[in-house]
This record gives sequence, structure tokens and C-alpha cells, in this order.
Amino acid sequence: MSKESVIPFKGTAEQEKQLMAVIEEHKGEDGALIPVLHKAQGIYGYLPIEVQKMIAEGLGVSLAEVYGVVTFYTQFSLNPTGEYKVAVCLGTACYVKGSGDIIDKIKEILKIDVGGCTPDGKFSLEATRCIGACGLAPVLTVNDDVYGRLVVDDVEGILKKYMD
Amino acid sequence: MDLYRSHVLICGGTGCTSSGAEQLIGEFEAQLAANGLEKEVKIVKTGCFGLCALGPVVVVYPEGAFYSMVKKEDVAEIVTEHLLKGRIVKRLVYSETIEDDSIKSLNEVDFYKKQQRVALRNCGVINPENIEEYIAFDGYKALATAITEMTPQEVINTIKESGLRGRGGGGFPTGLKWEFASKSVNEQKYVCCNADEGDPGAFMDRSILEGDPHSVLEAMAIAGYAIGANQGYIYIRAEYPIAVQRLEIAIKQAKEYGLLGENIFGTDFSFDIGLRLGAGAFVCGEETALMTSIEGHRGEPRPRPPFPAVKGLWGKPTILNNVETYANIPVIINNGVEWFTKIGTEKSKGTKVFALGGKINNTGLVEVPMGTTMREIVEEIGGGVPNGKKFKAAQTGGPSGGCIPASLIDTPIDYDSLISIGSMMGSGGLIVMDEDNCMVDIAKFFLEFTVDESCGKCSPCRIGTKRLLEILDKITKGNGTLEDLDRLELLCNNIKNASLCGLGQTAPNPVLSTLRYFRDEYVAHVVDKKCPAGVCKSLTNFEIIADKCKGCSACARKCPANAITGEIKKPFVIDKEKCIKCGACIETCKFGAIVKR
Repeated sequence: MSKESVIPFKGTAEQEKQLMAVIEEHKGEDGALIPVLHKAQGIYGYLPIEVQKMIAEGLGVSLAEVYGVVTFYTQFSLNPTGEYKVAVCLGTACYVKGSGDIIDKIKEILKIDVGGCTPDGKFSLEATRCIGACGLAPVLTVNDDVYGRLVVDDVEGILKKYMD
Repeated sequence: MDLYRSHVLICGGTGCTSSGAEQLIGEFEAQLAANGLEKEVKIVKTGCFGLCALGPVVVVYPEGAFYSMVKKEDVAEIVTEHLLKGRIVKRLVYSETIEDDSIKSLNEVDFYKKQQRVALRNCGVINPENIEEYIAFDGYKALATAITEMTPQEVINTIKESGLRGRGGGGFPTGLKWEFASKSVNEQKYVCCNADEGDPGAFMDRSILEGDPHSVLEAMAIAGYAIGANQGYIYIRAEYPIAVQRLEIAIKQAKEYGLLGENIFGTDFSFDIGLRLGAGAFVCGEETALMTSIEGHRGEPRPRPPFPAVKGLWGKPTILNNVETYANIPVIINNGVEWFTKIGTEKSKGTKVFALGGKINNTGLVEVPMGTTMREIVEEIGGGVPNGKKFKAAQTGGPSGGCIPASLIDTPIDYDSLISIGSMMGSGGLIVMDEDNCMVDIAKFFLEFTVDESCGKCSPCRIGTKRLLEILDKITKGNGTLEDLDRLELLCNNIKNASLCGLGQTAPNPVLSTLRYFRDEYVAHVVDKKCPAGVCKSLTNFEIIADKCKGCSACARKCPANAITGEIKKPFVIDKEKCIKCGACIETCKFGAIVKR
């Protein structure tokens, strides 16, 4: 489970308005919490405690319930993600083709661990479950760009494209 | 409807999209317009063709030319040569389909020859975003037959007689499940679809949802009619954005056509389907955990009984089937029980879709009749192991399954024979491993996964899997003892027997099956302190064979730790204390003088 963020919350009034609209739309619906969290993460990029409090109040559930759900599912993040989200597939097909070495190389270059974000907020690193592109194994993605059939030496060049 | 003289089918599955299919579509549109062909040639974005290793895939009909690994730069040539002048661009056609200067049908290619596409029947054939194409391929005919000509009990009997078993892995008879739910008396019942495909290395369900979403909607409506439910939910992974989007489109279209919603086909049967997005928890593939998650809570399983057929979603009778199971339903009703029972083995009817991956030439999606042997899948359909390496094992069932060693490669694949050799069908992930894969490391990989994904509700799973991983870690670091192997076995059996849900009950399988078939490899780790495959870094040493070394110093210059020293033209040596075992030297040496031991 990722630790709580130390970066101060910088939500805007506009974001809060969007969140309130989402809560209003789902309020009273059975099983509303998870769809609301998905949309809230879409608005803020992550789910800091301030946002969780607004959701708890808005939906009329306890903050403990909200926090419990957020920390249970890996898709929900308590930390902001980088401008470029680097995700390495650690599904079995990619793993047997050496994605473990790929992720080690990225850690070495960016000097961050899985789940971490570089201090300048530029890159964050995730290890993902199978993304279903097993034909291209091993695979990594940077935001929506997919890079496949990788060898360790490709990593540096790929990251460089996003560095300037 | 406009008539076109040629159709260009471009795979829009995830594999091909990742290798650039979207850009191809744009380029084809532009090139067709530039050549004034937009009224003569139609572009169809389809679901997965199965041969993901050759993506992006483009097929041009009526010729049936199968273009593979197409690049954006190639499009202009295909348009001007093939579509304008009628000359197939042989350079870009999949080489297996070329024979004596002409092209042969895809069905005759090794990859497809032994396959039988039932659940995948429309994938790669129709445009999944257009309901009319699905209807043209007998879509929604089974639903019409069921609700206008059959009683709910007749529908259940048909499914029971077909012998269809759950394709999510467990293999429970689908008809029986429906019957239990239909007998539960309640005003509100639910039909759920498990599209939370969490096994690493498995993408069967995703391909069906991306390539043929309506078949799942149709089958859920049939199930709703059979058990007396009017609401369905599809629980799908949020990691599958293309599938989610196509399902949304499909549901909207089905409602517009009156095939979902109130009074379907003018009867008093009404049925609606909602989507629920998962949020990344493997345990939510377990039925009770999935329902808890739809209810909006932490996805923890609950004890059974009561079974979902009695008390499921929101405490109401519920059936839950997997995507591939549903995809079989409409064909069974359309083609009849007799047709379906002819496919497969005595106790496992029909076909099974596998996601073939790992160390295999033709990675992709394959669908074979039950009873096909592993050898046929690996050697004939999969085209064997690349780089001349030896087949070591195939892994089925993901973190819940086990390994099938080379000695059992002729085992026919069905539910019961896989269980008898200590694996399981699972949802259909099939990962091939070669001699470079260490089986202890693979067991550790799966345990890392289950430790991560254990929900923590019951202690045998939460604590037991953690202890298992610790012992495996100890072994791969070279600190294991023979007693540890016995301890592993004992602990595995305890976890199997005492865990609350399927996740814990099957989590030890990767360990048990590798212990059973590759015990010598474990022994090598604990007694000889060696990793035969050279994967476990703590147990691997890099050495330079003096006879082969030419003393060129290429390795020494490449070594990031400056661990290699020597004089030019004399054999170099590696300092084991300094070596970080990165393997850079092996890749550099042109003479094969460096080995892992």
C-alpha cells in the first residue's frame, strides 16, 4: 500500500465543482462509492485525504469506509503521479521475457522505486499487471505510448524522449 | 446499404493497437481518398485475429490477403498496388500464406489449421462497434428463439444438455448453476458477468469483449430470461479501456434496437445491463468478492454457503459467469446441443480459448477443441520455441495453476486431465517456458503476486503465502535446506485446506507443481547452491573460459563494475567479489567465452 502523500493538496474550485456534480449524479445509487472514486481520480489525478473527506461527506458514508476502499484497490492512488507515467508490465508473458530487468534499469536511471515519483514531478514508475499486449512482450508504456519487444538497452533512449 | 468491391479489415484489438493499428486506419483513409477509392473500398476495424505476434494485422477481402507487421509507410503501396491495380503486395503478406506464388487461405496456415473458433467466431470478422454486422452474423437470433419459442426451463435444459462448463477456470456446469438460481424464489434476481480478467498473461476475455461485445450482452439477456432476472451487471477491469468503450457502445446500440430494455421482442420480458468498473484487485475475480465490490465495498470474499444462486448480489439470487462462457451460449442455442456436444471430449465439451505467450514463436490468441494436446498447441499452432531453445514447461491457470513439464506434453487439455496432473484449466493463460527459465524463480514470481493480491481477510492466505514466499526467497538466495522443501509442501497443503476462497486455496499450486516436476531444480538450489537455468543471481557466477578467450578486452571495457581485468591477447578473469552479475559481458563477447554457472 502506498504511503500518504507529503505533497500539499492543490485542488481548485473548478475541480471541486466537478466533484460535487459527480457526487450529486451518483448519490443514493447502490454501490456508488467506487464509480465516484474512479471519476474523482480522473478529476484530481489522485485521491488525497481532502478529496476523500469531500466524498465521504457528499455520499454520507464514513471516511473510514472511503479510506478502506481507496487503499484496497491498486488503481486508486494516494500519491500524485508524474507528468509521464512509466508503467512496466509484469504479467507472466512479459516476466518470462525479462521485464524484471527492464524495470531494474528504469529504477536505476530515474533513481526512484516502483510507486515513486521523481522530485521534479516529471516521471512516476509503476509495475502493472498484464495489459494484454503479450504478443509484444516485454512491454512498457509511457502515458498512452506503448513500447514493445524491448531489451534493456532500449530503456535509456525511450526515457530520453521525455526528459528535455 | 452501399456495396463495396473490397474490404480492408484492420485489427483493432489491444495487441495490434499497441503496435500502431490506429495510425494505420488514418493512413488507409487518407490513401483511399487520395486515390478516389473511398466509395469502392470499405475499412472495417475488427476485433482480434489472434496472431498478435505479427501485429498490426490487415486482411484484404475478397482475396483474403493477410498482411502482417504492416507499417504506416507500407499503406500507400497496398492501396496503389493491391486495391487500385489488383496486385497483391507479396512482400508484406504473412509468409506462411504464400505457396507456389499464390496465396492460400488463412485456415490452411499452421496457426489456424487446428483451431476451431466458436467463442471467437466473430472476432476479426465483424466491426464490433456496429450492431448490424453482429445481427448479420445471426446476432440476437438466439435471444429471439429463447424468449419467443422456449420456456425458461427449456433454455436451462439446453444449456445443461450441452455440457457447457464454466470457462473462468473452475469448470462448474453452467446449466446447473442457472437451474439453482431459477429455483430460488425471489422477486429480484441478478445476472453478472465476470470480466475481471486478472491472471497475468491472460487476455482471452478482453479479446472477446473488444471483438464481439454483443455476444456477451445477448447471452446475459438469455440467462436473465432463464432464471427470471431483469438486471445484469458486467464487472470489468478498468485496465481495459478499449473493451469498456466498446461495451458502452454495444449496450447503447442494443437499447436503441430494442434488444435490451423494456418488453424485448414485444414480450413481457425486460432486461437491462449496467457496467461496473473494477479497480485493480485480483481477488475480485472470485465470485463473492466480485459481488462485494459491485456493492461498493472492499472486495473481500465471504464464506459459502450461502451460494450466490441463493444469496448473491445485495443478498438476492445471482448467477455469475465468465465472458467466454457467455460467448458460447448464443451458438449453442442457434446450432443445437447435438452440434456442440460433438466438439471436445466426453466430460469437457466445446472449445477453449488460450492466450499463448512467453517463449513461443506465434504469441496470440488460439481457440482449440477440448482434448487437443499441449504438443499440438505448442509445436503446431504456436510454431515451437524460438531461438532453437528447448521446451521446458507450459504454465496454465496463472497464479492458481501449475506447470506442465515436457514429459507430459502429450496430455490432452481438458478440465479433468489438467487437474489430475496438478495444474488447472484456469481462465486460459498459457505461458511457455524454455531452458532459460528457472522454475523456483517462476514459483516465487507467482507467490509474489498472490502475496500482493491476498485480501487479508483470512489468515491462512494472508500469513501462509507470505511465509511461502519467504522460504522460496531463502532458496533462491542459496540459504535453503532440504528441510525447507518438506516445510514448503506441508505449508502448501495447509493453505489449500484452510483458506476461505479460491485465491488462497489455489495459491500454493505453482509451488506444489514445480516441486512435483522439477524437484531436482529445487535440490540443485539448496544442496549444490546452483541455479541450473542461471536466473537466480545469488547462485550464479560468471566465468571466462580461458581457452576461448582471445583477450580482446571488449568485456572489460563494457563491465560497469570494473570487475574484469587482464592483459591484451591473454585470457581475462572476472573478480567474483566485484561482479554485480548484470550479464553485460556475455552479450558483448563475440567468442562465447563467458558462461554463467
